[in-house]
Amino acid sequence: MATENPLHQFEIARIVPLKIGNVDVSFTNSSLFMLISVFLIIALVVLSTRKASLVPGRWQSMAELSYEFVAKLITENAGQDGLKYFPFIFSIFMFILVGNFIGLVPYSFTFTSHIVVTFAMAAVVFVGVTAIGIARHGFHFLTLFVPHGVPKALLLLLVPIEVLSYFIRPFTLSIRLFANMMAGHMILVIFASFVVPLGIAGAGIAGLLPLLVDVGLFLLEVLVAALQAYVFAILTCLYLRDALYLH
Amino acid sequence: MDDRDTEKSLRDLGQRLDRAQRGRQKPAAEGPSTGGGYSSSALGFGFRIGLELVVAITVGTVLGWVLDRALDTKPWCTLVLLFLGIGAGMWNVYRAVTGMGMAMGFRRDKASPPPQTKANWSDDED
Repeated sequence: MATENPLHQFEIARIVPLKIGNVDVSFTNSSLFMLISVFLIIALVVLSTRKASLVPGRWQSMAELSYEFVAKLITENAGQDGLKYFPFIFSIFMFILVGNFIGLVPYSFTFTSHIVVTFAMAAVVFVGVTAIGIARHGFHFLTLFVPHGVPKALLLLLVPIEVLSYFIRPFTLSIRLFANMMAGHMILVIFASFVVPLGIAGAGIAGLLPLLVDVGLFLLEVLVAALQAYVFAILTCLYLRDALYLH
Repeated sequence: MDDRDTEKSLRDLGQRLDRAQRGRQKPAAEGPSTGGGYSSSALGFGFRIGLELVVAITVGTVLGWVLDRALDTKPWCTLVLLFLGIGAGMWNVYRAVTGMGMAMGFRRDKASPPPQTKANWSDDED
């Protein structure tokens, strides 16, 4: 009875119930934490550069570091032309990063642990990248699916495989982020739920063990939070490169 | 004497600017790209391999099933797309393991840059 349901933390709670027609558009705890992270990002970027100086202060250099980090990421992975899409990639990177981080605060909600949220983002990336590719190359975009240097007979088999692996991208992109966040947060709760029962059974000392494991896991989760935001951004850049340069 | 110095330093500056410009234009097509460039941890890499395989097969099968229902061609679309999914999954795993990253296609250095930078690439390789 003492163990808490590890899935409880992912439950959606309606804060302001709303309905348009038959569609539930309630303002939920998920929306609340999305708003919080958006406000945090805006605060970081706007407030820290308001009295911008040549020698940056702490906050200003944090904003500048994240800007330069994303700019470098794009030029290295999508080339110079990719910088046109800097605002989008910067927004999505910061949104996921801040969302992952505030999800680690106790009693908060991790909106990136929901497949709806991550899939929506991945779908926007997928549709956007495909649209960019078609706008840039037109009909020629389809050569992306034709591998080079392959016997003609094999193309019959390989082109469908390439098409399929192209359409798989939004799924892998979204499942990777959602599964990482959800698994990590579940493991944290499971280990935390051992602390009190083991502590009672083992005269207080045995309870320390899962507590120490949880501390280690939490540090790992901080790493995962940053890494997954980075992975999402870098994969977006790589997909963008495919659309910009084809082969 | 003074004039020559200025000329030399100007030319030097021009060269450095050229090099900086080239560095900016170059997408990381070659170089040590270990499986998409991000998999620093073995756990993450293993997770990615599994995900790649499972998702490809699942998406292929589900897509085939949906097509079958829509077109009323009961087992055929599911069967074909299941095997295509298996193929795509294995292919993606192969691509990830051999370090070709997430890019499409077969060749290792296939991300060809815009034509005007391509000429500059080889002589910059020192």
